[in-house]
Amino acid sequence: MSEGEFEGYGGRHVPEPLFEPLATLAAAYDEVGDSEAFQTELRGYLEDFAGRPTPLYHAANLSERYGAEIYLKREDLLHGGAHKINNCLGQALLAKRAGRERLIAETGAGQHGVATAMVGALLGLETEIYMGEKDVARQEMNVFRMRLMGADVTEVTRGGAGLADAVDAALEDFAENVDSTHYLVGSVVGPDPFPRMVRDFQSVIGREAREQFRERVGELPDAAVACVGGGSNAIGLFHAFRDDPVDFYGAEGGGEGSESDRHAAPLARGEDGTIHGMRTRVIDDDVEVHSVSAGLDYPGVGPEHAMFRAVGRCEYTGVTDEAALAAFRELAETEGIIPALESSHAVARAIELAEEGAHDTILVNLSGRGDKDMATAAEKFSFQ
Amino acid sequence: MNAGTDSEIERTIRENHPALIAYITAGDPSLEETREYVEALDRGGADLIELGLPFSEPIAEGPTIQAAINRSLEAGTTPGAFFDLVAGLETEAPLLVMTYYNMILQHGPDADPEPFVSRAAEAGLAGIIVPDLPAEESGPLRKACEAHGLDLVFIVAPTTDDERLDSIMERTAGFAYVQARLGTTGARADVSGATHDSLARLDEYPIPKAVGFGVSEGDHAAEIVSAGADGVIVGSALVDLIAESEDPVAALESKARELKAGAERGVPEPEQP
Ligand SMILES: Cc1ncc(COP(=O)(O)O)c(C=O)c1O
Repeated sequence: MSEGEFEGYGGRHVPEPLFEPLATLAAAYDEVGDSEAFQTELRGYLEDFAGRPTPLYHAANLSERYGAEIYLKREDLLHGGAHKINNCLGQALLAKRAGRERLIAETGAGQHGVATAMVGALLGLETEIYMGEKDVARQEMNVFRMRLMGADVTEVTRGGAGLADAVDAALEDFAENVDSTHYLVGSVVGPDPFPRMVRDFQSVIGREAREQFRERVGELPDAAVACVGGGSNAIGLFHAFRDDPVDFYGAEGGGEGSESDRHAAPLARGEDGTIHGMRTRVIDDDVEVHSVSAGLDYPGVGPEHAMFRAVGRCEYTGVTDEAALAAFRELAETEGIIPALESSHAVARAIELAEEGAHDTILVNLSGRGDKDMATAAEKFSFQ
Repeated sequence: MNAGTDSEIERTIRENHPALIAYITAGDPSLEETREYVEALDRGGADLIELGLPFSEPIAEGPTIQAAINRSLEAGTTPGAFFDLVAGLETEAPLLVMTYYNMILQHGPDADPEPFVSRAAEAGLAGIIVPDLPAEESGPLRKACEAHGLDLVFIVAPTTDDERLDSIMERTAGFAYVQARLGTTGARADVSGATHDSLARLDEYPIPKAVGFGVSEGDHAAEIVSAGADGVIVGSALVDLIAESEDPVAALESKARELKAGAERGVPEPEQP
């Protein structure tokens, strides 16, 4: 099994002009990624800028209601409000060391764009964010945040003017400016080295949680649960536990349910294929990609998850929009924590597992906070 | 030259040297119209015709071809209807399909590329180009292509290093698709000087070389052929005509004529008296 290969998934399925630049990036990562100097620098920023370590919180009220001890890893408390910053800091520091002057990224709802703009401003790197015209209109506030931090936001009008078109525009920019520019991919997706590099940067989540859990509870959790869009917060949580007797559960965007053809669950309901430079699971051709949460609304998934699924290391299910919204509301009411809609999928899955009595202790990755989702919530819930 | 080749594509390029290779997206704006456009290109002198089978995530294309792919998807183009169209075409120019690997893997069960290739062969296609399939990962598809007598064409770029160049040139069949500049597809106003450099590196390999990406006029074609190319690949400029011309059939035929004549102008004159 070569680097970047996950039991046949992964690889570098890219147009020929991108092949060598990616090989160069992989070599740069292999050279400095593990080095003491790089890790020390990264740790400094993670602590002082991003706010690590994040707490492990025992959700006592929720636990009492459902009969299992539920613990939340509070990535929602990070700067920017989500786990995204772990990866953005890692890649931007790497790019700076490699002499790159410019960061580019694509963004859908704007969360990854905002996190990239933050590190661009922090490290003095020119930053350009590609965003579909439709998303720009829907996510005004995030566009404003990015611009406030000095990033150029380029509206992509081609094609469907959405996330996929923003990816295309960013790839095109990368191909033409490989010498000056780093493409800061936002999840464990795309061609090698991104899936393993982003995993390494997000693995801090699980390393911390594992230590914290052992200290607090005296043993490891029975289960670990995370939502899966591209899969970075999930891999980030799971990685430290991969050789432990901890069951993994991935909650994908189940959209309108297991009978419908509107979902974003390539692991639970897709097939093998290639997309955006990787061999992985892809939703069927005739399915419309849909999830109530923008961050899970993606037709593919990280190749390491495809491998976990194939070897039976993790169980993946689609959590419906409806179940996620219910969990969103429930966590707000019982614990006073408003989760991101993405993370609400994980909370919903954890509640389901607790109700089934499958596990005594459940660790949930609360990947982000729900402030960004207030408009959606206001549309779905009304208070008299 | 290597006249004994059993590749229809390679033979066609050698017999029609310098060859014009035309690309359009199938189903843009409908498969019915694609039929007329292919026939127009054939009449206009295109020696090989590449048909794009649309995929929703085309990471190698610039805005022009992406827009064409979107129009085609919106028109409901499916692989089944695409193969039916191809099977009914009677062109002098051999046809190739250009598509993304996902379309090939998802055609049959268990991510096996063989069913796609077998259907392509049945429909009469002569070759396949897959822009997101690096030579390293191409084993299963190459095997299926060999079994069904199709050429699998690989792309080389200015960034391809020497070691990988060897392995790509060893594997490519029919011709080598030379991408002469970085970036994705799209018509450009002038032909990159990188064409010369790109071809110089390939001199030692016996297979024909066709240069693509950025060609839009007869003069570009002439320049590329005079730099040593055996063929010129034109895509975005034709797709633009389909999108913008009042009479795409006539426009495509005359554009093909202009490009073919340009390519022929580029052939070095033997000796002027
Ligand atoms: C809070 C939050 N969680 C999860 C995700 C999904 O991404 P991933 O699966 O890579 O963690 C996103 C993506 O935008 C997000 O904002």
